[in-house]
Amino acid sequence: MASLRVLVGCKRVIDYAVKIRVRPDALGVVTDGVKHSMNPFDENAIEEAVRMKQKKVVKEIVVVSCGPTQSQETIRTALAMGADRGIHVEVPKGTEENLQPLAIAKIFAKLVEKEKPDVVILGKQAIDDDSNQTTQLLAGLLEWPQGTMASVVEHSDGKLKITREIDGGLEDISVNLPAVISADLRLNEPRYATLPNIMKAKKKKIEKMSPEDLGVDVTPRLKVLKVVDPPVRAAGDKVPDVATLMSKLKERGHI
Amino acid sequence: MSMRGISLLYNSAKSNRLWQPAVRAMSTTSFARGIFLGELREQEIFPYPEVLTADQKETISMMMDAGHAFFQNTNDAAANDTNEKIPEEQLDEMKDLGMYGLMVPEEYGGMELTNTMYAKFGELTGVYDLGLGIHTGAHQSIGYKGILLYGTPEQKEKYLPSLASGEVFACFCLTEPSSGSDASSIKTRAVLNEAGTHYVLNGAKIWISNGGIAEIFTVFAQTPVVDAKTGETKDKITAFIVERSFGGVTHGPPEKKMGIKCSNTAEVYYENVEVPVENVLGEIGGGFKVAMNILNNGRFGMGACLTGTMRMLIEKSVDHANNRKQFVSNLREYQGIQQKIAMMNLLCYANESMAYMLCGNMDRGAPEYQLEAAMSKIFASQAAWDVCDETIQILGGAGFMKDVGIERWMRDLRIFRIFEGTNDILKLFVALNGVQEVGKLFKKQGNMSTAIGILQKKFLGGGMRALKTKVHADLNGSVKMLQEDITKFHVATAEQVMKYKKGIIEQQVVLNRVADSAILLQSMAAVISRANLAAEKGDLSELALANAWCGESHQRITQLVADLQNPALTKVDQATLNVGKMSLDSNGYLAKSPVS
Repeated sequence: MASLRVLVGCKRVIDYAVKIRVRPDALGVVTDGVKHSMNPFDENAIEEAVRMKQKKVVKEIVVVSCGPTQSQETIRTALAMGADRGIHVEVPKGTEENLQPLAIAKIFAKLVEKEKPDVVILGKQAIDDDSNQTTQLLAGLLEWPQGTMASVVEHSDGKLKITREIDGGLEDISVNLPAVISADLRLNEPRYATLPNIMKAKKKKIEKMSPEDLGVDVTPRLKVLKVVDPPVRAAGDKVPDVATLMSKLKERGHI
Repeated sequence: MSMRGISLLYNSAKSNRLWQPAVRAMSTTSFARGIFLGELREQEIFPYPEVLTADQKETISMMMDAGHAFFQNTNDAAANDTNEKIPEEQLDEMKDLGMYGLMVPEEYGGMELTNTMYAKFGELTGVYDLGLGIHTGAHQSIGYKGILLYGTPEQKEKYLPSLASGEVFACFCLTEPSSGSDASSIKTRAVLNEAGTHYVLNGAKIWISNGGIAEIFTVFAQTPVVDAKTGETKDKITAFIVERSFGGVTHGPPEKKMGIKCSNTAEVYYENVEVPVENVLGEIGGGFKVAMNILNNGRFGMGACLTGTMRMLIEKSVDHANNRKQFVSNLREYQGIQQKIAMMNLLCYANESMAYMLCGNMDRGAPEYQLEAAMSKIFASQAAWDVCDETIQILGGAGFMKDVGIERWMRDLRIFRIFEGTNDILKLFVALNGVQEVGKLFKKQGNMSTAIGILQKKFLGGGMRALKTKVHADLNGSVKMLQEDITKFHVATAEQVMKYKKGIIEQQVVLNRVADSAILLQSMAAVISRANLAAEKGDLSELALANAWCGESHQRITQLVADLQNPALTKVDQATLNVGKMSLDSNGYLAKSPVS
């Protein structure tokens, strides 16, 4: 029956619908005053944990977010979706973009030591850095099995059967618990946080700590040299006939 | 409109606070009243109210996210309009979301939102689906608001939980075939039975939102009441909580309407309905006050909701103007288009400023806000209509096409100038309240001394002291205009009172000029206050909006005041009104065709 404990990660990112603008210093994008929300894949992760709880496979969901003060709102959304309590690993405002996958994985490894969950579920990648590394790094640090890009997760007898979305199609694997999973888009349809649940979420606990409290050094290992817009699409040429097209293509060295 | 009707309206509609104010209560005077007396009551408008705690801001932000997701992914406003219905499964989802008990206290299962939070959340229906907004609004903003405001603990305990959850729907039943604006003339009657246990209710109500789907009805009926002093029995209105399950309650088919089609509107009939005496809402004979207060209390919602609508329409207009090219440029380069876009922004800004000043003051515990609420409703409904009209104009033929989606908004918006108190009646309400204030001045100070004071103000100015409040330097010009205009308006209004005395009640053309001026003055105060707050926080971008609106308003007020004081205009008005009377006498258009 309900015996598993789940640790779920969520990240506060620029909302997917926002038009991104590169900062004048070309080292990042403008975040001030820009709408932020929970990373969409993390919504899938939390939704999966909540469904497992509703099926009575899971008895407690702890949601974690690493980021500035505003990450608390992201945690509250997860609590409103059905997580039981939250952990906010807080970093000073403005330093959150220096938090890289290895640092996050180390933080989660320490939290796993503390909380001893049976399953860790993360979103497969964040839509701001598109790294798709944290789950894999974490599994490596913990020496736990991993099921990444999961689109189906089933539990039976201390094992998880996972269907992974891979380039060639779908791959079915079975992992022993404890394990790390990363959620893909088609894993589930995340629920709305209902208004009553938003109210209930305000009473759920959020524990605050810093990376230092966990003994983790979050100094970035990678340095961003430059952030630029994708090249503007050059205007096309209209050609009157196939012969002209062929000659132009030859001219430009395409054929 | 009967004199008795109007005097009932403005004598009895005092506000009723729903919440205990968290902040020290404001002073007991309303800014709008001050306008009529030539006073700029700065303590009532500065600082612009900021009533949300950090926690409340976080809550409302999360609620808005959930709301946006629901409206974008689940609700289909166009389908709701075409089918004239919200799908049943979606109603269930809305119940789960908690959309039906937003202001009900938590102990009864509600969200216990403050007025400001409710207003902000209500912007969502303005942005996405006004028909759905009326469905939920008819339920909670007026349908069961009476129980929130006047219910006994037993009544609240009994009814609020299932209303808050949306398990049952509620509606507000006042209007009858022969009683619309003249609400006190309703004919539905409730007579106490011999045993004294039940009122027997008989009558018919029309155009009741949610009438066809409600279980709980707030019904207003004439009850014979014995006057304690004289022993005379008179009919007075009493409010009742009526359950469909009492038996004898039936309803007609859904009305086919111009807009807000997915909101159910129906006739409701009461035939010998037995209503237990425990279900009297408020005082026996006090029902008219209950009705007016329910409407007064809910009025703030419209300003906020229509802010959402106007903002959405502006985005569509701007997008079109920026991308559509005709002749040599994009539409945005042409002055005609720029002017339209500008006016839309100014109307939205002025409306938003008034709306959130109103609910902010309500949350701060303002004991009286009926004039500000009426002004906000009048302004919002007219502004939204104008903004939508211009949006269609900017889009041209496309604006007229169903698929583009704007025409639905025009159809949905038309009712906002009519229901919840027609703008025509509310303008008279505002003007007559103001005129009554001026009248009190004459009584208090004596006619001669007041007249002298008026003359002094007219020729020497009202004593343009600097405000005590520190206002951003860029707003000084607008503040000065506001001060001058309030003084001139007061003088002009007082002159009308002197001229017509009690007969002013009949002078609706004059009263409308008075009301229009007062509303514009209130809007100037709201934008100055709001832009000042933004500037204090380092955001100077709103100063241009506030000053532009004040400039425009000043022009209009100057014209209106000049009209009030222009003796020649009285003759013009008479001649015009005469045309109206002749047409009414001839049952139609007065002229014969120039072509036989």
